[in-house]
Amino acid sequence: MLIRYLALILGCQLVGETINVASGIPVPGPVIGMVILFTGLIVKRRLPKDLEVTAGGLLKHLALLFVPAGVGVMLHVPRLADEWWPVLLALMPGTLITVAVSALIVQRLGRTTISEEDRV
Amino acid sequence: MTPPDLAEIWVYLSQKPLTGLTLTLCAYAAGDWLYEKTGRYPLLNPVPIAIAMIAGLLWLTDVPYADYFEGAQFVHFLLGPATVALAVPLYQHLAELRKSGPALIVGILAGSITASGCAVGFAWLGGASTETLLSIAPKSVTAPIAMGIAEQLGGLPSLTAVLVILTGITGALFGPLVLNLVRIKDWRARGLAMGVAAHGIGTARALQVNPIAGAFAGLAMGLNGLATAILLPLIFALVF
Repeated sequence: MLIRYLALILGCQLVGETINVASGIPVPGPVIGMVILFTGLIVKRRLPKDLEVTAGGLLKHLALLFVPAGVGVMLHVPRLADEWWPVLLALMPGTLITVAVSALIVQRLGRTTISEEDRV
Repeated sequence: MTPPDLAEIWVYLSQKPLTGLTLTLCAYAAGDWLYEKTGRYPLLNPVPIAIAMIAGLLWLTDVPYADYFEGAQFVHFLLGPATVALAVPLYQHLAELRKSGPALIVGILAGSITASGCAVGFAWLGGASTETLLSIAPKSVTAPIAMGIAEQLGGLPSLTAVLVILTGITGALFGPLVLNLVRIKDWRARGLAMGVAAHGIGTARALQVNPIAGAFAGLAMGLNGLATAILLPLIFALVF
């Protein structure tokens, strides 16, 4: 039953949101929910096929889910027009340096922890 | 009874949630079609194309963002459950994650500090206002966490949301080119870098390319969010 697993996912988020509000931890509810579901799977040591299908359905079009918030760019056009240069600097070299630095570190350190045969 | 004229129908429809929802799906479907048609050419990522089409249409028809969001919120809502669902690919690649544990943690911490440091540093060099500086600091973190951090720092959460998405688009568009340039061949490292620097949009791109890269991207997105939510307010408290 897919509905059961959709309810499970929403339930994890609800518990996560509750923990977030009740404890004041600055981590958002859905991320706490992800940790809860992940812990549950590790304890169970089994991934039900229908949960895999339900999660896969949600993640297949993950990029679509960012569109509504992205359209909010229209509210900030005046500020972005005023400050396009610092914003562009932060976005382009800023983001791309981050990509390079973290990938280089993981690839370099990975050599000692990842065995030879499963190197990609 | 005379049928209502087109203008009246438009006024009615533009206030219905159904319109914003349909518009979002159609624009994304069109962007996705173009993306597939061009053999997934990275610069034609469907997210910026859909955003540009919708924002352009709303601007032309004078419909406020809030009216559009009435409908689009149903898509936006699914971000929460989708974040929870990232636990599944994480679990599927548990063995690989365990094997590369220490490298992952160092990579994510370094990425978190580099991301915020570069964001604030470059924006400051470019002469950004204080409000923009505070809003741009958490730009590599997934939107809901970033908005919370911005609020804590005294930035503008709604500006942060937009900067986060622009960062995600930048990472998804140019990240793979940078990774090729610095010769990263390990799917783990490629995925992790996309998740750290470009959160969910980078993760979505990584998931499309390789399942292992996708799992590492999802993990990196979550842990980077955690690390930044804890580190950034601390660093700001110490420096300012």
